[in-house]
Amino acid sequence: MKRLFPILSILTAIFLAYALYQALVVAPTDALQGDVYRIIYYHVPSAWTAFLLFFINFIASVEYLVNAKPSSRTAAKWIVIAIGVVGVIATFLPQVQALLPTGMRPSAVATTVLAIPAFYFLVGWLFPGEKLDVLAVTSAEVGVVFCTIVLVTGPIWARPVWGIWWAPGDIRLTSTLVLWLIYVSYLALRRFSSSAQTQMMAAALAVFGALDVPLVYFSIWFFRTQHPQPVIGGGGSMDPRMLHTLLISWMAFLCFAFLVAWSRFRLELLQREVEQAHAMESLAGAGASAKASLPLNRSA
Amino acid sequence: MTQAASSSIITVENVIKQFGRFAALRGVSAEFDAGRFHAILGDNGAGKTTLLRALAGLAHPTQGSISIFGKSPQAACRDLGYMAHPSLLYDEMSGMENLRYFAQLYGITGDERCAQAIRAVGLDPQLTRGVGQYSQGMRQRMSLARAILHDPKVLLLDEPFSNVDVHSAREMVGLLKGMRDVGKTIFVVTHQALLLDGVADEFVWMQAGQIVDRTATVMRGATTGEGVQ
Amino acid sequence: MNSLWALTLATLVKDIRLEWRSKDALNSMLFFSLLVVVIFVFSFDPLAEESRHIVGGLVWVAFLFAAVVALNQTWARELRNQVLDAYRVSPAPANALFMAKALGNFLFVSVLEALMTPLFVIFYNLHVLGPAWQLIPLALLGTWALVVNGTFFAAMSLRTRNREIMLPLLLFPVSIPAVLGMVAGTTAVLTGENSAHFYIVLLLTYDVVFTTACLGLFGTILQAE
Repeated sequence: MKRLFPILSILTAIFLAYALYQALVVAPTDALQGDVYRIIYYHVPSAWTAFLLFFINFIASVEYLVNAKPSSRTAAKWIVIAIGVVGVIATFLPQVQALLPTGMRPSAVATTVLAIPAFYFLVGWLFPGEKLDVLAVTSAEVGVVFCTIVLVTGPIWARPVWGIWWAPGDIRLTSTLVLWLIYVSYLALRRFSSSAQTQMMAAALAVFGALDVPLVYFSIWFFRTQHPQPVIGGGGSMDPRMLHTLLISWMAFLCFAFLVAWSRFRLELLQREVEQAHAMESLAGAGASAKASLPLNRSA
Repeated sequence: MTQAASSSIITVENVIKQFGRFAALRGVSAEFDAGRFHAILGDNGAGKTTLLRALAGLAHPTQGSISIFGKSPQAACRDLGYMAHPSLLYDEMSGMENLRYFAQLYGITGDERCAQAIRAVGLDPQLTRGVGQYSQGMRQRMSLARAILHDPKVLLLDEPFSNVDVHSAREMVGLLKGMRDVGKTIFVVTHQALLLDGVADEFVWMQAGQIVDRTATVMRGATTGEGVQ
Repeated sequence: MNSLWALTLATLVKDIRLEWRSKDALNSMLFFSLLVVVIFVFSFDPLAEESRHIVGGLVWVAFLFAAVVALNQTWARELRNQVLDAYRVSPAPANALFMAKALGNFLFVSVLEALMTPLFVIFYNLHVLGPAWQLIPLALLGTWALVVNGTFFAAMSLRTRNREIMLPLLLFPVSIPAVLGMVAGTTAVLTGENSAHFYIVLLLTYDVVFTTACLGLFGTILQAE
């Protein structure tokens, strides 16, 4: 695996360069916004990447919490399967379809719902035991980086186009801000906590954060309906070439995020192994380390 | 465990307890018989307090397991009485008020048992002073009263005699001896091994996070066999 | 179930008794609340007609700061003399302790709010244009929202190096929807321009979701070393 990394890095660099070329040169100029809009090719893929990473963190945190007891572990598995099944069936019911916002296709919703059990089992299989927590830390950190990019590029985009840096009622931007705040506090807890149970507490915080986000969304959504808001964001469909560039950009970002996350993951694993080794070092000189085995295996 | 889950033993199985880079317990394995008085001795940093806290369920082993009468320490909490150097009492409440509250945590109602426990440690249940105003010796004794209030089968005491006047210390030792004589299992972590000479059934010596010796007397080097097991 | 409530009540009574005897936090908190109101009054000119629109926000921000200072005291007595260990070692359910602390904080913060509100009314010459009764559910639900998560995060912060700053760091992001609900709801009632109905429902949902989450996860937090 070690040899794969430099190769992938080079490929990713090329891919990113290609995406940049697409974004700056190939994609057509926007009819309304001119060339300023091109920041979208950084802003939106960063957002999607950040959300994906935070979602992974949420799944890893929940699994870490439920794995503490075998009974909760099995219960959680069944609940997750139930969510998938019920969710998919529900999206094909006419009553539920009526509730969906216009433009959202039921199949898209069904796929998103299916992502929950899919990720749950995939993550659980690929990252057993302690590695779940390492994944949680990694995804939170890298997620925060990409989320920061979103929050910085957002106002940079808004200012020249709509004349304001920040729209208080903008659901997406505000929800992203809250998500960023929650995860920065998550990282702060991780850093400053001196407890042996830091990992559990951080996982609990991630769950709180996940519960919070829909509430944020709805509170702002309603607030908006009662207060006049500046008109933000064009409606209408996107030029297919723009969409194409956007997707290329996202793929490139995902590759980059993957590489960064992978390095961070390995770094964290190694750090934990070093700590273990230090801990088992004998103070009196006798060979105690023979007895203890390191619980983490170095396979990645 | 291959032998039948013996309900008369306290078992510590290869317990490792890490605090970041520091391993307080590095693979401790031992079996302790019930109904005996075990004194745990060793230098500072040897892991004595960590072992006691692990037995109490307050410290969770990084690896390994502990079984008290066949149950985990948390499951066996009704059978455990714990006391540490801080008093584990509210300074602003009197002894009786403190015990009345802690009694409720164990589902004990009524004042009788509280008064009994206070008298057992040689204090007066009628004292209305806040525990914070007691002398160190009185405070330790009241803390012991709290630990024995629910009549636990196992007592885990961490440095109960430090900073305590000789009279109070001797009284406490006498009390503990009496409790051992009626079948309770007692673990005492202490630096004052001599106080327990002739009273404790066994002296467990720890060093650098491991148990290095178990003797029947305070004198190491005069071991009788390979310890108790 | 009976014993859970009995224990919660016993712990709550014990806390009230202890607080009454020492009056540690009570006196300084009362004065702090007064100071906060005065600072706000000087910062935001109460003469302007617009004050009615912003007072909802001012009041709740003031309550939030007072609540944080109060919440930081939640476990102070249990840390002295390591009393928390005595609780952990006992068979008493963790949730009884949590509910007792949360209810205690609720009462305490409500007292502070009851003190600060008349001051705001006086300084800002407030009169309510909308249905005033709606302020009661808003106040109750909003206070509970802050207090339930605050008690939980205060427990989480116990094992961190900078305890006092950790609590607001953890509490504020998660409380954002609740704060929005409280402020928007209060403003709606004060100005009479909108109905606070949605916000009351929002706060109720928030309270139910997070009280459940806190009760579910507190056991883990309590057992942290």
